Amino acid sequence: MDLSAITGYHVMFAIFSAIIIVFSVLTVTSRKILRAATFLLFVLIATAGLYFLLHFQFLAAVQLTLYAGGIVVLIIFSILLTSHISQKFEPIKPQKTIFTALAALAGFVLVTTTILQNKFNADYFIIKEVDMKTIGKSLLNYGDNGYVLPFEVISVLLLAAMIAAIVIAKKRNKSNV
Amino acid sequence: MNMQVAIPIQYFLVVSTFMFFTGIYGFLSRRNLITILMSIELILNSVNINFIVFNRYLYPNQLEGHFFTIFIIAVAASEAAVAITLIINIYRRFSNINVENVDKMKY
Repeated sequence: MDLSAITGYHVMFAIFSAIIIVFSVLTVTSRKILRAATFLLFVLIATAGLYFLLHFQFLAAVQLTLYAGGIVVLIIFSILLTSHISQKFEPIKPQKTIFTALAALAGFVLVTTTILQNKFNADYFIIKEVDMKTIGKSLLNYGDNGYVLPFEVISVLLLAAMIAAIVIAKKRNKSNV
Repeated sequence: MNMQVAIPIQYFLVVSTFMFFTGIYGFLSRRNLITILMSIELILNSVNINFIVFNRYLYPNQLEGHFFTIFIIAVAASEAAVAITLIINIYRRFSNINVENVDKMKY
């Protein structure tokens, strides 16, 4: 690729993917758990950046509020409830590290070679906005390109998860345990 | 506005594959339950990127990948909520959350 063809999109893509690669490795290798959660937050924000790059604004906003704002805060709260902040994990046995790293690396090489050999015929994407009206209409549409069934199923799932979380976390009486 | 942006699809796929297998590595090598949960979030997130990219590049006139990503985010949120309540309950009972100490599934 010659240098004149590089646009802002390429630069932003390079920045976001660099953040994703560096911080996802740090998330799984950091020995302080609160730091690992913070690195996970960076990965999720960079993913939202990729969604913005692909012009899915609504999805990027959902990613930012739900993942970065919700799940990471939940994880950090549970870290504060269950471990000491300054505590460090014991180092993993080198043998275990090597074998898991080999397994992950083998999978990565396999999938990457498959991706690079496949001819997608997709070297560019066309910018097309997805407006809120389309999203709302599709979510409640039961005809073609309608998603009312998974929408209803997900609402039942959320209710079930909420009830389950309350029931499990509730303090039991001593006689019941 | 119909501008083309020339980033080949393989770039996105390689990044998401890398994220997926770092998640796998964390899932296999970590021993703290919360860090395992964080690895699962990484895996789900990389799958989301794949859905979105395939939607944008290969089927730009449909929105299947977009909606399934929304549903996966909802499933991930509820999964994280339930998993964290379980982890806190395990902590109450065993006073730590390392996987090798939690080998009793007795009620």
